[in-house]
Amino acid sequence: MITLKYFASLKAIAEKEEERLDIENPITIDQLSDIISKTAPKMGIMIREKKVLISVNQEMASVETIIYDGDEVAFLPPFSGGTK
Amino acid sequence: MSTTTFSKVRIQLEDFSVTDEIEAMKKVSRNIGGITTFLGTGRELSKGENISKLNFEHYPKMAEKKLEEIREKAIKDYGIIDMSIIHRIGPIDIGENIVLIVAVGEHRKETFVACEWAIAELKRTTPIWKRETTTSGEVWVQDTP
Repeated sequence: MITLKYFASLKAIAEKEEERLDIENPITIDQLSDIISKTAPKMGIMIREKKVLISVNQEMASVETIIYDGDEVAFLPPFSGGTK
Repeated sequence: MSTTTFSKVRIQLEDFSVTDEIEAMKKVSRNIGGITTFLGTGRELSKGENISKLNFEHYPKMAEKKLEEIREKAIKDYGIIDMSIIHRIGPIDIGENIVLIVAVGEHRKETFVACEWAIAELKRTTPIWKRETTTSGEVWVQDTP
């Protein structure tokens, strides 16, 4: 089981905050984006075109990162904490 | 990690007292000779639009971890004695406190540099997002200067 999390503006694009996928693994994030595209096509494109940041188990990752059963993958728009 | 160290990095809904946070850091060492603080607050105007409300969201665990990394690197690389970083989440009104960084050191110079580096690094690496409510509606802020 892989847990996917979407934050801030990406929640509206993915139309969800979190989902759990029972999929064959290990797979790369790039391969995962194909699965995500089936229910959220725009989200899949944004991942492949590197328009979002990706973390796996709270560590920054990339589309080449390989994920395994039990991993938590998060899709993160550019950060805007703090103040200017 | 000790409880004392952990409490120096916090993400919280409730407001904080700048005075209390500075006083807490002064107790860290009798060798503190300089303290620099950065306080970020909610401003009313953004890109020419009036903001009525702000709302901050974070990625729990990862955001705290990034703040702790910033704190540890600031101490190691800039030679300060210690640093605390507190960031609020949830709804924040105009004029309210958002983020506080307190850098304490033997001398002022390293605390100024460490404090400026830490807020820039926070914006660059910490998964916290700001949503502004303006007259045009709600928008997630995505620019990272």
